[in-house]
Amino acid sequence: MMRIWYGLCELLQMPWLEMDFMKHALLAVLLMGPLFGILSTMVVTGKMSFFSDALGHSGFTGIAVGVLCGSVFPVRWAVGFAVFFAVLFSFVKRRSGHATETVIGVFSSTAVALGIFIATMNGSSFTKFNRYLIGDILSVTPGELGLLALVLAVVAVLWCFLSNRLVLTAIHPQLASSRGIPVGTYELIFTVLIAVVVTLSMSWVGLMVINSLLVLPAAAARNIAKDLRQYHLVSVLGALGAGILGLVTSYYLGSSTGAVISLYLALWFAVTLCLRKRG
Amino acid sequence: MKHTHCNCGGCHDSCCLKIENLSVRFGEETVLEDVDLHMHCGQIVALIGPNGAGKSTLIRAILGQRAYEGRISFTPAGGTPGAFRIGYVPQSPSFEHGDPVSVQDLFACCLKRRPAFLPMGKAFRRSVLESLSRVHGEALIDKRMGDLSGGELQRVLLALALEPMPQLLILDEPLSGVDVEGMELLMQQLHEIRRTCDLSILMTTHDFSMLERYCDRVVLLSHKILKKGTPLDVLNSEEFLDAFHLGGGA
Repeated sequence: MMRIWYGLCELLQMPWLEMDFMKHALLAVLLMGPLFGILSTMVVTGKMSFFSDALGHSGFTGIAVGVLCGSVFPVRWAVGFAVFFAVLFSFVKRRSGHATETVIGVFSSTAVALGIFIATMNGSSFTKFNRYLIGDILSVTPGELGLLALVLAVVAVLWCFLSNRLVLTAIHPQLASSRGIPVGTYELIFTVLIAVVVTLSMSWVGLMVINSLLVLPAAAARNIAKDLRQYHLVSVLGALGAGILGLVTSYYLGSSTGAVISLYLALWFAVTLCLRKRG
Repeated sequence: MKHTHCNCGGCHDSCCLKIENLSVRFGEETVLEDVDLHMHCGQIVALIGPNGAGKSTLIRAILGQRAYEGRISFTPAGGTPGAFRIGYVPQSPSFEHGDPVSVQDLFACCLKRRPAFLPMGKAFRRSVLESLSRVHGEALIDKRMGDLSGGELQRVLLALALEPMPQLLILDEPLSGVDVEGMELLMQQLHEIRRTCDLSILMTTHDFSMLERYCDRVVLLSHKILKKGTPLDVLNSEEFLDAFHLGGGA
């Protein structure tokens, strides 16, 4: 499979695509664009941007726990911890009676504090965690690309079966419930999905900017879309476009790819905001 | 089968919704106590009461969204207990102005398995237009939900609640946030739907101006049922004046 991809890249004859790591990075961007573009629509519609940010923080705590336990693959710990975080959050939100943002604030700050506490225990250096904070998409391996493709396939299939109910749950839980949709279950499925995607992508995009990929594509699409079809289409295309432009720009400027992608998405948001005002 | 409240036998045969000794508690607090309510087929029943009287809680209990003590039973037309469908129009629907969800999208999300972001086809569009025609809302099909006025939104949600056709239609404060013209239009449409479709309508409201013209019965609720009867009976009762502090006092 990778040979076919290498062949396709060589057909393009782009100077920035000469190195293998750039070919891998481009494929990662092409896989992540639809993944984040799709999930972004629901994060924005369900007003969950603060929550997805908190999930990233919990992923960092999971990484710290994994490193403490001597794991070779701390990202697995991050996925596990983020899923635990998502389930516990849903439970506490329902039982506590507090506003959602209050519960998110409690969980987010606790996760960050716990992560920093574990990471710096016994005077340990924090530097080894920088790659998770800043992200490095050029480090993505063919094995990780396979995993990313698998996650995209799972999300696409789930989206085909569940998206109508997820949308209804997000825009009006009571209406959804009256039509026999188990709202709590659908909310849980989505939060677990976000937890898995955020933590898996964290080391490539960077924890500090990953939430921009989950918010900005749909936020920009929302400015100009008239229905769900346009909303999904503009969100996915925006994420893909910003991803490719961000990768090329960061190659020539030598900066963090995740940050440049976020900046392009912010620019795209500004453009669509202006278009909306004109309309 | 056409089935109206006039041509049924006794209450036992004609009740489509029967609530017996219903109580709802939140911890120590009793929100509803010993509520008994029988709704007959084809009736429009208005549930009124001051804020915090438990109207929305009663509706949630009927919808199965709230735990309760007592008994709620449904009987479809014909008197045979079995599959019973409830249509629901929620209170103050929170559609944001910029949400890119069109009226057709909302119908697709509720009625179709195929994802709403994919093309839906002409047949589905025709069926949505047909549903909207019940509330004279065909022109709204491509509008975004957040761009609808209060009255338009209620009409769209009413059309949606009638798909598939329920035996009991519940509307939670359908007249709030709707101007006078919109209220009149909505009530006329409810009256028309009740006449043409085989269903009963239960609605909560704070607006009493429409009760006499459009409702068969009014139920005054304040944690328990204070008074029930015809609109005139309830609106002229002492219980009504007391519940809304309209007694005149000294």
